[in-house]
Amino acid sequence: MFVGIDIGSRSIKLVALNGQGIEDYKVVDTGFNPHDRSLELVQAYNAEKIVATGYGRHFAREDFADGVITEIKAHGIGNRYLFTQCRTIVDIGGQDSKVISLDATGRVADFQMNDRCAAGTGKFLEIMSKTLGFTLDEFGPESLLAENAVRVNSMCTVFAESEVISLLAKKENPRNIGLGLHQSIIDRINSMLHRVGINDDIVLSGGVGRNPCIRQLLEQKLGRPVYIYEHPELAGALGAALTARDAE
Amino acid sequence: MSDYRKMWQKLGLDLEAHDQLLAVIPQAYGDVYTSQAKRPEGMGYLDFVMSEIHGLRIKELNDLREAGGKVLGTFCLYVPEEIALAGGAACVGICGGADWPSPEADAVLPRNLCPLIKSFMSFKLGKVCPYFESSDMIVGETTCDGKKKAYEVLGEYTNVYTMHTPQMKDEASHELWLKEVEKFKNKVEELTGNTIDAEALAKGIGIVNAKRAALKRMNDARKANPAPISGRDALLIQQVAFYDDPIRFTDSVNKIAAELEQRVVEGKGVAPANAPRILMSGCPMAVPNWKLPFIVESAGAIIVAEESCIGHRYFRDMVDATATTEEAKIKAIADRYMKLDCACFTPNKERIDNIKKLVEDYNVDGVIHYSLQFCDPFTVEYNSVEKALKDANIPVLKIETDYSMEDAGQLSTRVEAFLETIK
Ligand code: SF4
Ligand code: SF4
Repeated sequence: MFVGIDIGSRSIKLVALNGQGIEDYKVVDTGFNPHDRSLELVQAYNAEKIVATGYGRHFAREDFADGVITEIKAHGIGNRYLFTQCRTIVDIGGQDSKVISLDATGRVADFQMNDRCAAGTGKFLEIMSKTLGFTLDEFGPESLLAENAVRVNSMCTVFAESEVISLLAKKENPRNIGLGLHQSIIDRINSMLHRVGINDDIVLSGGVGRNPCIRQLLEQKLGRPVYIYEHPELAGALGAALTARDAE
Repeated sequence: MSDYRKMWQKLGLDLEAHDQLLAVIPQAYGDVYTSQAKRPEGMGYLDFVMSEIHGLRIKELNDLREAGGKVLGTFCLYVPEEIALAGGAACVGICGGADWPSPEADAVLPRNLCPLIKSFMSFKLGKVCPYFESSDMIVGETTCDGKKKAYEVLGEYTNVYTMHTPQMKDEASHELWLKEVEKFKNKVEELTGNTIDAEALAKGIGIVNAKRAALKRMNDARKANPAPISGRDALLIQQVAFYDDPIRFTDSVNKIAAELEQRVVEGKGVAPANAPRILMSGCPMAVPNWKLPFIVESAGAIIVAEESCIGHRYFRDMVDATATTEEAKIKAIADRYMKLDCACFTPNKERIDNIKKLVEDYNVDGVIHYSLQFCDPFTVEYNSVEKALKDANIPVLKIETDYSMEDAGQLSTRVEAFLETIK
């Protein structure tokens, strides 16, 4: 058994592999003590080798992991396994969003990451959905029902939030604002995509893959299909598990 | 220590704020430096200099001043050190590598300005930098717009003299610069009361050329694989080059270089031979800006060269020491400085050629281009650097950051991912 664990800022994901493929997986909230949480998770398996990724990878290396890789490499390997033709990956994570470009053999050739602030990340979506009165799960579907998009000028979480509040005060429809917010995230992703160059196939990875509005807008913008795994948040942990299995 | 406090007080430092500043350095220094394995023994000298950064050296400067000498504070490679030394003055690079909260500085500077400028202004207005307070004259230059205008503000608080540095390398610019260097010579004469003749210039040129040669020698050893010294230690040596006594410093660096040469012969290194070799390129890294080198080397890479002002740009070119007359010497100095390839120049193709040459000479696996947030010259020039390197199949990573630690986690992910792609 080989275990990959992705210790993210919002959730910890684990994938266990056996000779055939994925045997088991887990997704739990990171909580206040990511360290104990991760340890508990991996201890439930009799792993031959554990590889960690995500922002918690460094403490994992000190404690229980046999190896570590970055989220970028992990998403590259995981998505390539899931989608054999995958060359471009968009991963909107809890605290950062990334665009990863793979070469023809599947190795990471280039990547872009957002700069420090939460603009355009999962955290941004979470805060905005709350401000608009939606749950995170409702946010995408509700925004798709908008009649027309109302653009929000600022991408800074703090300023965008106050802008949204004043739009709501003007009786603007929350769905329309939601669509506008999704659009601005797609604009940001699009410019990162252009910097690394777009190759077939494009995969949307990470938990935000569950948001249908993001997918639809991205497909519209790029004029091509965007692939999403049924558990998009697992790709990083899967990449780590594959690394554990395949490393000599 | 008690002596130093009196000295600091006399200099007009804000003692309480200064205590806070001094308190953070040993911790950071220990984390970044003394905890490293297999450090060259010669680094003991640097550890000593750092531990006395606000003590012994400041005392020396003040002894010099009490004996009638002068101290010049500078921020840029353009200010000809040779001339300052020829005039019997001491020349100290004033850092600006730390985030130092200063409401006074915030009040006079805009928010969107590079951290280096903000830092030096905070040091001055917050009265925490003994080098600032020991300087009889600050020499500014008209390199980037941010500094150019900041010197005007600084001039309201201290004695600032600004040199007009050209931004092109055509004939007119050479003429302008030669005149500026002559003017600077006159200014130093006026300040120190000493005459700067051919003999004095020869002495100044000799001291600074020897310092540059020592740095070059130390850096040559870094071409070896495995590298005999960490990038952090080498950076520290290059940072200290700006404020230590030049003759003593040169001597110590030559000793370190000899030690490194011995290591190279024995095949001893500070990192495994297969560690990715990195060239850091871009904005200067003033003391104590060690964030990125620390992240890069903690991720398992080894930095083998710095294409920056705190690095190759500082010691690459020498002043032609064969010129005999005073006039010819001044011209030789001016010419040497016109070879600098700072991003403030347009066009600036030499810089790209120099980066490529360093990649080759030092067997570099990847380039990390570092720019300070809001630094227009370097962030804009990144585009052409990236293009040239990508065309030559040299991996390059762009990092834009400031002095805060907020993005350390993110930076380490970027750097590690970059290393994964070049391994
Ligand atoms: S980067 Fe340019 S302006 Fe800045 S110190 Fe170096 S030479 Fe001077
Ligand atoms: S870092 Fe850039 S903006 Fe800041 S002083 Fe140097 S050249 Fe100017």
